Amino acid sequence: MSEQMKIGDAIVAQLTKEAEKDQNILAVTSDSRGSASLSPYIEEHQKQLVEVGIAEQNSVTISGGLAHSGKRPFVFAPAAFLTMRSIEQVKIDVAYSNNNVKLIGISGGNSYSDLGASHHSLQDLAITRAIPNLEVYTPADQYQASGLIQYLAVSNRPAYVRIGKIALPNIYQDSASAFVKPGQANIVINFGTDAALISSGETLHIAVETAILLKSQGINIKVVDLVSIKPLDTNLLNLLADQTELIVTLEEHSKYGGLGSAVAEALAVRGDTKIQIVAFPDEPIIAGPQPEVFKYYGMDAATLNQKIAGWLK
Amino acid sequence: MDTKTLELKAAQMRLATWKMIFKAGTGHTGSDLSCTDILVALYYSVLKQTPATFADPTRDRYIQSKGHAVEILYNVLADRGYFSKKELATYSQFNSPYIGHPTNHINGIEQNTGSLGHGLGLSAGIALAAKLDQSDYHVYTLMGDGEQAEGSVWEAAMFASNYHLDNLTAIIDHNGLQISGPTTKVMNSESLAAKYEAFGFDVIEINGNDISELVKTLKIPNVAGKPRLILADTIKGYGISFAENKPEWHHKVPTDEQYQQGVQELQTIIGGLKNE
Repeated sequence: MSEQMKIGDAIVAQLTKEAEKDQNILAVTSDSRGSASLSPYIEEHQKQLVEVGIAEQNSVTISGGLAHSGKRPFVFAPAAFLTMRSIEQVKIDVAYSNNNVKLIGISGGNSYSDLGASHHSLQDLAITRAIPNLEVYTPADQYQASGLIQYLAVSNRPAYVRIGKIALPNIYQDSASAFVKPGQANIVINFGTDAALISSGETLHIAVETAILLKSQGINIKVVDLVSIKPLDTNLLNLLADQTELIVTLEEHSKYGGLGSAVAEALAVRGDTKIQIVAFPDEPIIAGPQPEVFKYYGMDAATLNQKIAGWLK
Repeated sequence: MDTKTLELKAAQMRLATWKMIFKAGTGHTGSDLSCTDILVALYYSVLKQTPATFADPTRDRYIQSKGHAVEILYNVLADRGYFSKKELATYSQFNSPYIGHPTNHINGIEQNTGSLGHGLGLSAGIALAAKLDQSDYHVYTLMGDGEQAEGSVWEAAMFASNYHLDNLTAIIDHNGLQISGPTTKVMNSESLAAKYEAFGFDVIEINGNDISELVKTLKIPNVAGKPRLILADTIKGYGISFAENKPEWHHKVPTDEQYQQGVQELQTIIGGLKNE
């Protein structure tokens, strides 16, 4: 395996294998086969592709009908449209009717950084997490994406998967340890108990860099990968709250309703946990190259290093 | 079933629905009475589906997109034996599964509907699955005419035509009224026949309160390669003189006096049909 890979490519590679085994698997796209990197899948499984045209609402409803008759549709569309324009279809035709549809939100979060707020999906975790009977995942590297797709290909439950656009460095060495099961988070760095930094998806590697920077200054933290946003690993969260002084969350999402909110909601009942949420503010996000945007909002390793050191004083 | 038996069945279903709405104090009265004949034609003469075959993958499917007309659907399903009439008596009571819109927790109901503009897309997805599986079942969906203002209807219409879904029949309960008044005044969706034809459907216009015409039309196979639209002209509130063509009866519940009068009117129709 290469040292880094786009999550979308890893998803399509695994889905291509799964579609070979199960003829009921379908890829459904809304004129998004290019941005979803679906070419390798289409070369192998042209008959297992359903093109809906630029009609995201219909892509979800059609998939509800397909799933009701035994198909296993994977809907690929930009996360911004899939989880906003089509959200009622997700709520009713997928989750409420309990149709086995997998929703793959591509170019999620701030991926389309310079295209502006119309194309950002910084509210998708908040809205999908609030829908009953919908699992929510945010894979962080190619192994995790592969493990997740292996699970989703045989699972009968509706799910939303949010991925980004850029190639990501490997965090894991194999798919089995990268994605264990729904509701299981992974400790990916275990330097000590000064703090726990919880992240997922495209920001997980920033959390890892931050932990390495902090270690060089004698601050030893854990980094936790919350790949399964829903169901949530509340056992591990409680263990982290027992063991560490401070919990910090980092996410490519609005500070309202995302990963940080999920962690805070789970731990609020304890009344003894210090939590800091690092996320995008409640305002239209400045456009520009992604690393510069992340740095502007204090979501880069250097700034996080300073912030966490300060919170621990 | 012959036409007279079906007409009698429709009158009996109208009476059962009228009674159920009065007892519960809630329901979409005018919408139920408008599409009663369509449901009776489907469930007693057309659909290849019974309670025993409801789990059979080759069964015909019915998706009620105008989910608010659920009381008539419940009564028809109970009469066909999908569940007991005793169970249905819990309609709208605390924690009853028989709620104000169709849910697939109820035997005989395929999908959860209620929010308008979903049924045609769901049906098109099911119809495409049949094509992929080379199975020959047919999918029927019932929409309202007010519902035609939902943009998602037209996304689904485009899809059904693009994929040549000739195993799909959409029916519009074309009564010309919606909750706020005449459909042509609220948001004019006419001319529906020309619109669906332009979207690639084979369109047939019929009297949607004439059971014999409904059965005859629904039994005609689709034109090869084309989804079909049946534009069924109906009368909202059909069968109760003072509710007919009155938008306020969309979800009006009868008073005690209106209830008695309605029961009498429907019993007269039933008596007449029995004596023929």
